[in-house]
Amino acid sequence: MSDLVKIAVAVNGARHECSVEPRLLLVDFLRHELGLTGTHVGCEHGVCGTCTILFDGEPMRSCLIFAVQANGHEIRTVEGLGTIENLHPLQQAFWEAHAAQCGFCTPGMLMTLVPFVENQAHPPEEEIREALAGNLCRCTGYQHIVDAVKLAAQRLHQSEAPLGDGEVQP
Amino acid sequence: MSNFVGKRMIRNEDPRLLTGQALFVDDVQIPGMLHAAFLRSDYPHARIRSIDTSAAARHPGVAAVFTAQDMGSFWQPGPLLVPAPHSIEGLIFNKRTQIPMAKDKVRHQGEAMAVVIAESRYVAEDALVDIVVDLEPLEAVTDLERALAPGSPLVHDDLPSNLASFVRQRKGDYEAARQQADLVISRRLVIDRGVAGALENRGVVAAWDPKQAQMTIWATTQAPIGFRNIVAAALGLSEHQVRVIAPFLGGGFGPKIMLSQPEEVLLTWATKKLGRPIKWIEDRQENFLATTQERSQIHDVEIAVTGDGRVLGLKDVFIHDTGAYNPYALTVPLNTQTHTMGPYEIPNFHTEYTVVFTNKMIVTPVRGAGRPQGVFVMERMLDAAARELKIDPVEIRRRNLIPAGAFPKAQGIIGQDFTELVYDSGNYPATLEKAVTMIGYDRFVREEQPRLRATGRSVGIGVVCFTESTGVGPYEGARITVEASGDVSLATGIGTQGQGHFTSFAQLVAEQLGVDPRRVHVVTGDTSQFHWGAGTFASRGATVAGNAINGAAGRVRAKILKLASQVLDTPEPELELVDGCVRVADIPEKFIGLGELAVLANPMRGAVKTGTEPGLEATDYFGPPFGATASGTVAMIVEVDTETMMVEIKRYVIAHDCGTVINPLIVDGQIHGGVALGIGNAYYEKLAYDESGQLLSGTLTDYLMPRATDVPRIEIGHLSTPSPLNPLGTKGVGEAGAIPTPSCFVQAVENALAGRKIEILELPLSPNRLYELLHEGQEA
Repeated sequence: MSDLVKIAVAVNGARHECSVEPRLLLVDFLRHELGLTGTHVGCEHGVCGTCTILFDGEPMRSCLIFAVQANGHEIRTVEGLGTIENLHPLQQAFWEAHAAQCGFCTPGMLMTLVPFVENQAHPPEEEIREALAGNLCRCTGYQHIVDAVKLAAQRLHQSEAPLGDGEVQP
Repeated sequence: MSNFVGKRMIRNEDPRLLTGQALFVDDVQIPGMLHAAFLRSDYPHARIRSIDTSAAARHPGVAAVFTAQDMGSFWQPGPLLVPAPHSIEGLIFNKRTQIPMAKDKVRHQGEAMAVVIAESRYVAEDALVDIVVDLEPLEAVTDLERALAPGSPLVHDDLPSNLASFVRQRKGDYEAARQQADLVISRRLVIDRGVAGALENRGVVAAWDPKQAQMTIWATTQAPIGFRNIVAAALGLSEHQVRVIAPFLGGGFGPKIMLSQPEEVLLTWATKKLGRPIKWIEDRQENFLATTQERSQIHDVEIAVTGDGRVLGLKDVFIHDTGAYNPYALTVPLNTQTHTMGPYEIPNFHTEYTVVFTNKMIVTPVRGAGRPQGVFVMERMLDAAARELKIDPVEIRRRNLIPAGAFPKAQGIIGQDFTELVYDSGNYPATLEKAVTMIGYDRFVREEQPRLRATGRSVGIGVVCFTESTGVGPYEGARITVEASGDVSLATGIGTQGQGHFTSFAQLVAEQLGVDPRRVHVVTGDTSQFHWGAGTFASRGATVAGNAINGAAGRVRAKILKLASQVLDTPEPELELVDGCVRVADIPEKFIGLGELAVLANPMRGAVKTGTEPGLEATDYFGPPFGATASGTVAMIVEVDTETMMVEIKRYVIAHDCGTVINPLIVDGQIHGGVALGIGNAYYEKLAYDESGQLLSGTLTDYLMPRATDVPRIEIGHLSTPSPLNPLGTKGVGEAGAIPTPSCFVQAVENALAGRKIEILELPLSPNRLYELLHEGQEA
């Protein structure tokens, strides 16, 4: 058995110090060590995008890196977006547009798209589809997801309200 | 006037799913839980000389290693999950159901040979490497035709050949029709395999509690009750000692209906033996190798038509590949057979199929379930006839559609219910015209296409009609309870995999009880909550479970009215159920809340009249006499880039009739998803095997599932001919999109390349394959 390595990771604004095996995947660390099971595993080879999280603000597949590589970095998972009572505008738009069916790929979709919608006021459909192209969904045919992104982008950039009502404050 | 049924309601279940708070099987964590990993065969066909697990068993952190030999009498082939349709005369069916682990020989790549159970999945996989297996590779049966040739290796040594089944059905007299035909066309059509590709792989957590003598299983199953019954029978437990929970599932699409012997059933045995909970979550590679698949068939078809394009008869003789075992009997090829005639009047039909065992993964229904193949056969033959006779493809379909007034229409062959296939309702001509109008067929063909072609662009159009037998029996049930809070709980036996049951079912209850659908709490797929039912498959949830719920809600409504009539001292006809209350219609201030009424219906002291049932609760069941037939027409405009062979779907239109729509938003989503799979089946997804039976496309980088950039915007036109087979008038929609899409895609591509002598007689295509076909055509 490998020696354990100490890491310190900020996840959704909370600092975690843990000892992990060097080979432990980041997604397994998040799901099984921290209990953040909102991040799902679809393929374990970096194709389906289901396990996407934000790594220092950038979407990243958490099945392709080790937990030790997250040492000293900031991670945001779906649990760090909105809450059931106070959804993030993108989550709200997913709800209203019926962008989730089984909901398994949804957390990865959301984490991929949060930076995209926050940075794009009126993304054309082609660009939305490009942004989505690294995340597989087998239920929706993507159309309602595209609609949700349009809706969220419109709302986020229409008002002067701070981004992401539902964000967890650090 | 409905208040809730037919409304585009957003879904009750979404806030949990959107925030990562919904429980999926892999999210279950139990203290002391062990993890399983399977040793799977790299060979598709091999004799097992020996398996030495001793080193693996000594690996630190390993709790146990089991092979078939270790299982003793628990090692048994699994049950036949669906009976063979013995109502078909002359049927041959050689049952060979799936086994828990390979014992003497391996029959497909990925078949389990041993399982390691360890402290973590990482350790379990480490220990797999320590297992020493001595295999003698055998020649594999991979080709459907060669499987039946004399001297072929045998998948099952105790059978005289690889013949799994033979079925012949005849309507009318095809040979006589052939004699009268002006034109007879024959073609060979070949369809290959794909996966269901749910984003969530399969998984199970099994936990035996010896003190309660209770087995709890969380499983990615579409049929929790059947699962429970099989586990109870296998372990010699009473059914009430086994609780199966199908929590949120990350898509099903067919294979999760399977009650797999190796993983799910074996691990329940292992948890009881070891006294600790065990989790097994399939990885994607296992999903490619060891989760059931579908579609491969070879058809030899003949169509007999008149000079004006009327079909006199069709003869279809096909081979169906069931893989290494046939636990799901004949559902897939029977569906092919019963969907070949589709919405067309086919007076004479000869259909027969031979099912063969091969050394490939087992074939069971995948969204579409045999229907896409049947539609492909009919639509390709109509296209061939239209071309020969120089009739417009839409026109030849128009001439052959069953007219609107022809229902109910007996089809003369046995269907999925094992009784004669009968179309209950529909309006096929209106459906066709709707799609044709929506896509602007005439204008495209007369103006746009010639104009674009003149500039060198390869644009084409396709139009395809289809039927879908849905909502098949036997039955489903539901129990509805008004709680003291005024909220309503609903429990049904089917599982849910993203179909929006928490919402559409709540709408049905709300409609009858006048409550907010957000206050109807739905439980699906927990055998401790409701323990009768068959499962979620065959596009039957909304129809079969939906009508059971509607029935139960009606009974609760009757109880509410009866009690409220006494409490409010008002005759029942003067009462109405609105906003969670029962009130006197003309005196809004005279009312009682449903919660208060529920408390009155459940007295805690005193006496009740003989025969009183407590609570505002009712259970009901629904089983249709036979399945309701949904229908539709799709139309597609594509452009082929003849340099890269990429195909862009420029427009996609579907006119669909699923009877009464409970929630149009959910129905649209169901159609979209089906269409995406259909596009994959047409152009992207192929399980490619080499001649020795090795899977070559076993990752998502080799096996391409459609992405957001591959699926077009889908335009939907709803038509509704309510089914007379159930009180709600519903028909299913879950598989609709997947069924006609490949056929329409190839028609449109062929049309785009018209003049280049190309005829597409196979599925799936790919850019490479299209390039080859195009160049073969040019050389010809």
